[in-house]
Amino acid sequence: MSELSVNHLLGIKYLNNDDIKLIFETADHFKEVINRPIKKVPSLRDITIANLFFENSTRTKLSFELAEKRLSADVINFSASQSSVKKGETLIDTVNNILSMKVDMVVMRHPNPGASVFLSNHVNASIINAGDGAHEHPTQALLDSYSIRERLGSVRGKKVVIVGDILHSRVALSNIFALKTQGAQVMVCGPKTLIPKYIDKLGVTVETNLKKALNWCDVANMLRVQNERMSVSYFPSAREYTQQYGVNMKLLKSLDKEITIMHPGPINRGVEITSEVADSDQAIILDQVQNGVAIRMAVIYLLASKIKQ
Amino acid sequence: MSQKVLLNAKEVNIILHRLACQLIENHNDFSNTVLIGIQPRGKYLANRLAQMLREDYKVKNVQLGHLDITFFRDDFRRSDKPLEANTTEINFLVENKKIVFIDDVLYTGRSIRAALTAIQSFGRPNEIELLTLIDRRFSRHLPIQPNYKGRQVDAINKEKVIVHWEEEQGEDAVYLINN
Repeated sequence: MSELSVNHLLGIKYLNNDDIKLIFETADHFKEVINRPIKKVPSLRDITIANLFFENSTRTKLSFELAEKRLSADVINFSASQSSVKKGETLIDTVNNILSMKVDMVVMRHPNPGASVFLSNHVNASIINAGDGAHEHPTQALLDSYSIRERLGSVRGKKVVIVGDILHSRVALSNIFALKTQGAQVMVCGPKTLIPKYIDKLGVTVETNLKKALNWCDVANMLRVQNERMSVSYFPSAREYTQQYGVNMKLLKSLDKEITIMHPGPINRGVEITSEVADSDQAIILDQVQNGVAIRMAVIYLLASKIKQ
Repeated sequence: MSQKVLLNAKEVNIILHRLACQLIENHNDFSNTVLIGIQPRGKYLANRLAQMLREDYKVKNVQLGHLDITFFRDDFRRSDKPLEANTTEINFLVENKKIVFIDDVLYTGRSIRAALTAIQSFGRPNEIELLTLIDRRFSRHLPIQPNYKGRQVDAINKEKVIVHWEEEQGEDAVYLINN
């Protein structure tokens, strides 16, 4: 087994195809580990990891924490809502204070794009980006690709459409980088107001008609409309959005083939995807969550192996 | 670099038959015994012994698994080379079973220490035994000894003992290599 080419996981755009392959192969082993009667290995027993969440998260935080604990790392948690950040402390000061308690690795979510890159230039610890604003969410993209690989055998040559709020989505951007690196074809689909200008420069095609997009693809990754990031209205009403860009069973049945439905969560049931679709056999939403733990174990393990004693 | 043949194909074959017979002597029909090959190198020996027990000695219930110990090793972040993980295949419960760990060379004993910890993830076995083809008896770091051994070798530390298998290198042989 080779090593990752990077010392931090700041974004998919810093990874190459061999890195992604190595992470997936390592995740295969960890997936077997987390299905054992005793799901814990002692590899990281001398590593301490700080989870710094400057923005709310349920799934990602739990998933990271579980992955760290399954690897026997010591874990400390921090959320901005209950901390001195409210008293005006800067990011570097906060993190350096935590690092002076001898922390080896930092998992950070932050509302500002580039926060993790900034941090990696200023502090001496391995950084994992758990989402920075509308920029990147690398572990989510890795687990999405891993789930596609598990369901369809490989990612290369597959057609993936990302539907919904592309403009505010870090999941979309990381997914585009990850899928393109692995040789998949990528399309984005959504209302024009929620598709960034010049996104075609990333090598993706743009489609505004959902039915056409679904007929083209093998996999549809349904994104949530991020109301909390919207300062103005990007579409007239949620009802109109659902009519044009929501996926229901009737629409799925009308397609020429059976496609795989993914969703990074949290789901707004009845908005971008109906309950019937979310709970159907075509959806791999809960597989994504399980794979998330294995992928995060792999990333943490591979980065930790580069922290020399 | 000099190389010396410790065992040739014929000798390996005789030793494997002897080890198989010793296993039968202690485990009868293998109804409560499982064989576990330690990845990566113990896999070949375990496969060979299981095949021999089934085909040559007509033992029906031979259960065979492979255990990867990478995540249980004590040299993570201490060795220069990244540790390479392998597949674990244990499709049965080891609760209350007698386990025979199988590895090709017993050297410091650290792999076996890791395997003893790793197997606990699959239940609490009744008893664990160790079978190795080569026992480098003066190189142990831990108080671990084999129950069944093919050949004892008194190699000095800078020498290496390499086992070749027909299915991998095209021949059955054991070499002593002096760097």
